[in-house]
Amino acid sequence: MDWIAVGVTLKLAALTTAALAAIGLPLAYWLATTRRAWRPLVDAAVAVPLLLPPTVLGFYLLMSTGPDTLAGRVYARVAGGTLPFSFAGVWLASVLYNLPFAVRPFAAGFAAIDRRLLEAARCLGASPVRTFATVVLPLSWPAVLAGLVLAFAHTVGEFGVVLMVGGNIPGVTRTIALAIYDDVQALDYGAAHEASALLLVFAVCVLALTYTLQRRTPAV
Amino acid sequence: MLQVDFEFRYDRSGAATAAAPQTAPGVVCRWQDPAAEPRVTVLLGASGSGKTTVLRCLAGLERPQRGRIQFGGHVWFDASTGVHVPPHRRNVGVLFQDYALFPHLSVARNIAFGASEMSRTAAARRLEELIDVFRLRGLETRLPRALSGGQQQRVALARAVFRRPQLLLLDEPLSALDRPTRDEVREDLRLLIHELAIPAYLVSHDRVDALTLADRTIVLDDGRVVQAGPTQEVFDHPATAAAARLVGIDTILLGRITAVRDGLARIQVEGRDVWAEAPADAGHEAALCIRAEDVALARHEVIDSSAMNRWRAVVRSEAREGPFVRVALDCGFHLSALVTRDAWQRLGLKPGDEAWAVAKAASIRSLPRG
Repeated sequence: MDWIAVGVTLKLAALTTAALAAIGLPLAYWLATTRRAWRPLVDAAVAVPLLLPPTVLGFYLLMSTGPDTLAGRVYARVAGGTLPFSFAGVWLASVLYNLPFAVRPFAAGFAAIDRRLLEAARCLGASPVRTFATVVLPLSWPAVLAGLVLAFAHTVGEFGVVLMVGGNIPGVTRTIALAIYDDVQALDYGAAHEASALLLVFAVCVLALTYTLQRRTPAV
Repeated sequence: MLQVDFEFRYDRSGAATAAAPQTAPGVVCRWQDPAAEPRVTVLLGASGSGKTTVLRCLAGLERPQRGRIQFGGHVWFDASTGVHVPPHRRNVGVLFQDYALFPHLSVARNIAFGASEMSRTAAARRLEELIDVFRLRGLETRLPRALSGGQQQRVALARAVFRRPQLLLLDEPLSALDRPTRDEVREDLRLLIHELAIPAYLVSHDRVDALTLADRTIVLDDGRVVQAGPTQEVFDHPATAAAARLVGIDTILLGRITAVRDGLARIQVEGRDVWAEAPADAGHEAALCIRAEDVALARHEVIDSSAMNRWRAVVRSEAREGPFVRVALDCGFHLSALVTRDAWQRLGLKPGDEAWAVAKAASIRSLPRG
């Protein structure tokens, strides 16, 4: 078993999930409550990775963050180094690619909350942030947890984007999914079997957990 | 207190309000509260008249397209300067139609939800006080779903007044209840509103609410204010047909209870005595509802009748209504009587004639008020 790849995978999945919680929760809350006319556009932008081959997203990311691009130069000035073929680059790609897997369950959970409860909280002096913390989250935590678990699991299993943007560098951007690919290329079926079985068991457990969460409503 | 002059248009998708489907394209509102003392105003209107939208604009949950809303010295909304104070900075207590209690919080935590800016001890003291006022002792740890409709309403109202709001907004506070509970809870609400001494606006489609709770009545029809004034005046002289329909065409009288004997009350209306069942938990004032079909007419005073109420009257007008004749009478107060055409011909009365109106005390509905 390639434990270094396991480590990279878990680190990537954990950081991606954390970033999705930070970006995805406010974004999903906005999507679930806004009345703006251009909301469907944002909805569509979030959902695009569901339809797009990962290679397309990876390709555009490479093109837009290379050392000669504006984004690439800004990144080099601020952080040093380049985004493509680095862990940070894979992280960014992973966050973008997993946005729908987190945001859509979040938004569905938020939208299911009676709007009057949010209005009641506002009329009782609660700011939007406090309303979110004291009313929205307690009433939608199974959906939020399901979204986080799905995003984590999907990152663990991601292949195309990681390969395109990360370039399969051992110890830096090589995840288990990429390691399996390398094992098969090298005809090392024993190692491929071990890693594949690990991912299969993991995927089944995660899905069982998400379906359990989806059936569950908060204890009220 | 409130100075209101605004226009709110529903957006085409109808997504603007969570309320019932609207018939009018928007709401145009203009009125000014006369005095500074706490008072109860009922926004009376049929469903779809826009009354809930008006309340939502006052709470800050909707933003009108045009105009201005001012409360005391605070400008809450001004389209010309772009001011729109969000709901959590208006210090207004709102009671929602279905109460909107937080299902995941206990009674105590629901009530104290607005405590964030209070010290812990002040919040605890306020909570204790409200639990007593709203008779919720023993229910503190219950979740809302384990409460009756009346209890839920008391929790919602306690929650709304926790922060000592400057203004109370109540959206159809009684419509979620079944009939017998509604009368009981209305009585509760009347006493509580007076005890709290906070100016209140109450949205309703039920004239009984206006009669029992309101000092002032504002009548809304099709998104417009058609009449605003003291409740008595609005009910006596509805300004438009729509207002008349809402306040009803039968007789509604406001009077002072001068005596109560064996559950029967003598109520003075415009110098005349009306006998009716004493309203439960009566103060000094009562509203009387008399259905036209419960009023009988006679040419001469009837002395051997069981009816307690016999009023000398002058016939004002007559109008045919199917097999009946609706007769408008002046007994010192205005009274409407519905009699069969046969009976009307037999009496041979015409406008200007003197007659006697008779009504049994049991047929008069009396409601506590004030």
